[in-house]
Amino acid sequence: MAAEGSSELRKQRPIIEFLRLPSDPSEKPYLAGYRCQVCNAHYLGENRVGCSKCTSTEPLQDVRLSDRGSLYVYSIIHQSVPGVPVPYVSAIVDLPEGVSVRCNLIDVEPDPAKLPFGMPLEMVTRTVRERREKNAEGAEETIEIVAFFFKPSHN
Amino acid sequence: MREVYVLGVGMIKFGRYPDKDVPQLGADAAVLALKDAGMSIKDVEMFVCGNLFQANAMNAQRILQQIGQTGIPALNVANACATGSTAFREAYIGVASGMYDVTLAVGVEQMGKMGLLGGGARSGGESVEGVLGSGLMPAIFGQAGVEHMRKYGTTAEQFAKVAVKNHKHSVHNPLSQYRVEVDLNAVVKGRMVAYPNTLYMCCPTGDGAAAAILVSAEKAKQFTTKPIKVACSILTSDPYTERDLTMPDVNTLTKNAAKQAYEKAGLGPKDLDLVELHDCFATAELLHYENLGLCGEGEAGRMIDEGRTTIGGDIPVNASGGLLSKGHPLGATGVANIYEVVTHLRGQAGGRQVEGAKAGMAHVIGLGSACTIHILTA
Repeated sequence: MAAEGSSELRKQRPIIEFLRLPSDPSEKPYLAGYRCQVCNAHYLGENRVGCSKCTSTEPLQDVRLSDRGSLYVYSIIHQSVPGVPVPYVSAIVDLPEGVSVRCNLIDVEPDPAKLPFGMPLEMVTRTVRERREKNAEGAEETIEIVAFFFKPSHN
Repeated sequence: MREVYVLGVGMIKFGRYPDKDVPQLGADAAVLALKDAGMSIKDVEMFVCGNLFQANAMNAQRILQQIGQTGIPALNVANACATGSTAFREAYIGVASGMYDVTLAVGVEQMGKMGLLGGGARSGGESVEGVLGSGLMPAIFGQAGVEHMRKYGTTAEQFAKVAVKNHKHSVHNPLSQYRVEVDLNAVVKGRMVAYPNTLYMCCPTGDGAAAAILVSAEKAKQFTTKPIKVACSILTSDPYTERDLTMPDVNTLTKNAAKQAYEKAGLGPKDLDLVELHDCFATAELLHYENLGLCGEGEAGRMIDEGRTTIGGDIPVNASGGLLSKGHPLGATGVANIYEVVTHLRGQAGGRQVEGAKAGMAHVIGLGSACTIHILTA
């Protein structure tokens, strides 16, 4: 009772399971994936029962995916569900491991002339919304929901 | 396997039926198909109903409760946008296997004014739509079109020409949801939904139903002198390809299905007189020209430029107006495509008739993914 509202508790939570936010601040956020140890196919996200490429059911190995990639294709979204600001660029980004990720492109103009195929991109994270929740001890805390984005890479 | 024939088809005008429910819409189409076949529900030995959004509602049985509870085996299938064509295929297998002589397939859907499809919140998690890109259908087919631009230099205007053609065809189809001609300027300058697809390049949502009666050769002979043969019935799922899990690959499973279809039917693309293909968005149609072998890789843009797929061209595509105008009530679409091809093969398509049509293809894609191809011959 006494603690309520007196001290601000803040935590970060990824918007999706495969975005990992290391607690050590010297480590950068990264996308998690799995690798087939038989055929080397890479998958984004949760662990899998087997490999859909080679059909092996050997356990897959968890891997940290690269935060650099290149623009494969995109669409510029002008009509969406309520609450989503438009226009924005929905993109498919190829990572060097041979796996692709879907994301919003940021720091670009939503104009086909400004979106060259193969453009080098890098991953960044941002807080996209906040939630107030009670933790296990009953204290209110603010949860920052963190998402990943890709933006043009200039180095 | 035995030869299978389509003896009857029926379809209600696609549109909005707020005063009816799914079983009533399906029953209307079933009765039309039975009348067309010269049969009664008492002749039907097995029934498959395709419906997506109420897949757990026992619609096959509820349709029989409307038109005759004969106690036959009845089952319900769902397979995304390929739901209706999968129902048709199951009914086909029933006859082809020798188990039944007469089967009924109904495809039916009631979507009302439902908005954008797909994507949305993840169960038990945060909504990612518009944050981690878009999982909605307009984005998926926008990206598929941009991929074709990247590979072959296809232009936004070439995709727009698909919409011009299909809307032009629809004017002659009394069962089409929209029957309005739109010129290229209006399509290109139309409200952008998801680049490169503008409003007129996206199919509408709506309600609809279509039905078909499938029979054995012997049964066909008893009822008609002009049976329509099902020359092949193919269903594929999405094989592993590099980006399929991130960006649904609508091409590879269609190419696989086309290859099997031509082999099974003993026909090639040049033998087809018309094609009804899955133009859920204008971008999709051009991709499928190549996927179905109607032209070579990278030639789809030129094919639409040259007008080859317009009625009167060498291979008319979507004479019905396509999903873009006719509408796309998901579960109904696959059977409605069969209806269209049968109507042309019988020479009953009126102002949109492809003259002298002897062979036609019906192609459907369901995202997730499923692809069906049926080739019908007169």
